[in-house]
Amino acid sequence: MNNIKHYFNSLLLIELLKGLRVTGRYLFARKFTVQYPEEKAPLSPRFRGLHALRRYPNGEERCIACKLCEAVCPALAITIDAEPRDDGSRRTTRYEIDLFKCIFCGFCEESCPVDSIVETRVYEYHFEQRGENIMNKEQLLAMGDKYEKQIAADRQAQAAYR
Amino acid sequence: MEFLTDIWNWFPAEIQNVVWILVKIVAIVLPLIIAVAYFTYAERKIIGYMQVRIGPNRVGPKGWLQPFADVFKLIFKEVTVPAGASKFLFLMAPLLSLGPALAAWAVMPFDAHMVLSDVNAGLLYILALTSVAVYGVIIAGWASNSKYALLGAMRSAAQIVSYEIAMGFALVGVLVAAGSLNLGDIILAQEGSMAHWFVWPLFPLFLVYFISGVAETNRAPFDVAEGESEIVAGFHVEYSGTAFAVFFLAEYANMILIAALTAIMFLGGWLSPFQGTFLEGAFSWVPGIFWFIFKSMFVAFFFLWFRATFPRYRYDQIMRLGWKVFIPITIVWIVLVAVAQVYDMPWWFD
Repeated sequence: MNNIKHYFNSLLLIELLKGLRVTGRYLFARKFTVQYPEEKAPLSPRFRGLHALRRYPNGEERCIACKLCEAVCPALAITIDAEPRDDGSRRTTRYEIDLFKCIFCGFCEESCPVDSIVETRVYEYHFEQRGENIMNKEQLLAMGDKYEKQIAADRQAQAAYR
Repeated sequence: MEFLTDIWNWFPAEIQNVVWILVKIVAIVLPLIIAVAYFTYAERKIIGYMQVRIGPNRVGPKGWLQPFADVFKLIFKEVTVPAGASKFLFLMAPLLSLGPALAAWAVMPFDAHMVLSDVNAGLLYILALTSVAVYGVIIAGWASNSKYALLGAMRSAAQIVSYEIAMGFALVGVLVAAGSLNLGDIILAQEGSMAHWFVWPLFPLFLVYFISGVAETNRAPFDVAEGESEIVAGFHVEYSGTAFAVFFLAEYANMILIAALTAIMFLGGWLSPFQGTFLEGAFSWVPGIFWFIFKSMFVAFFFLWFRATFPRYRYDQIMRLGWKVFIPITIVWIVLVAVAQVYDMPWWFD
């Protein structure tokens, strides 16, 4: 009996018609496509994009060259050199992130005791020359200055979970 | 103007005739190539919509210029001939597959008296030409000097040859019912109303013909010839640039050809679907070519619908379907049709 049923099912293309009905229905379904450059998908405050080094409100850079981020970085993308500054405080002389190596895991941000290195919402960037993939300290600080408002708001939104 | 007519009359009648035929050919091939271009666009759009995406919409308004962008990209790319390939055959193969696909349109009746050459054995001519198209595929596979291309060519040749038989048998049913090999006469035999179309008495043959047509053109779900998972792209792996574009053109021209033939043989070609109903008068101003194009587009839509729906058949399943299912069905149905024809069953066979 089952054999006969199966035979007629396949001969009359029943299953195939069912399949066609499904795709036929989706032809008229609402489309999910986000028209990227004009429309953008919403970002979470936890988004991990390009890095930035933050400053205190008085303009002093936060980074104290503890090198925890360098140690925790699984891709070995961070390179730090440090020396005592003239006023005796310990500061970085070199802070570089190789964006080719970086996997944007966010460990550097989590390990930072002074919330200095953070990942921003910036994800639209490109390189045109060799070597542009390495972000140095000036660039990182500039990113921090530029996006400080957004960075601070995102940290605030996430404060309860950290 | 008078001057031009004078020049025209100055030519001997043979040359006038040749020029006139060339003009007609251009008038058929040019719209056909544009139809192919927009068929690729329709394919990307419709499959996109069925996958809940939007499809191309960046080049020109709503992406209408996308096909031209594709064409220009392919034209400006280099045609690479692989080392060890037979250069002459390698470059001939795309033309061999495109030629028949275009030549078949010579006998296509677009409207009551709109046909380039009204041959008596038009159907035989078309069957012959669609079979010749296999050579393009085989030669492409062989001349490429590549194992994937050869495997793809072998697969597609075996598949096309097997489905050719089922296709031919399905057309025998149409011949018996229409009593003619001339495509125009086949259409006229379906005159009367929508109920007179051959889809109804020959429904199994219609399905067999259309599915074989999908297999003939190597389209999903029968596209094992280009199974990207195992043989990369089949017979046209080694082709690039314009040579590839010609293969592409041939594939889509073949699809449109099969769609048009299905419309002619089973859906009444350029006959109005409102014949014999109270709407006949209201639609009598619509030219027949419109109905022909409309029906062809309707059938062609199914090619795209199938591609968006069905996963690829396994190779032995394709062969089983062709030899063990389609051929027996068509033979049985031909006998039934013949009996109906002998005893003058209305409406189709009287």
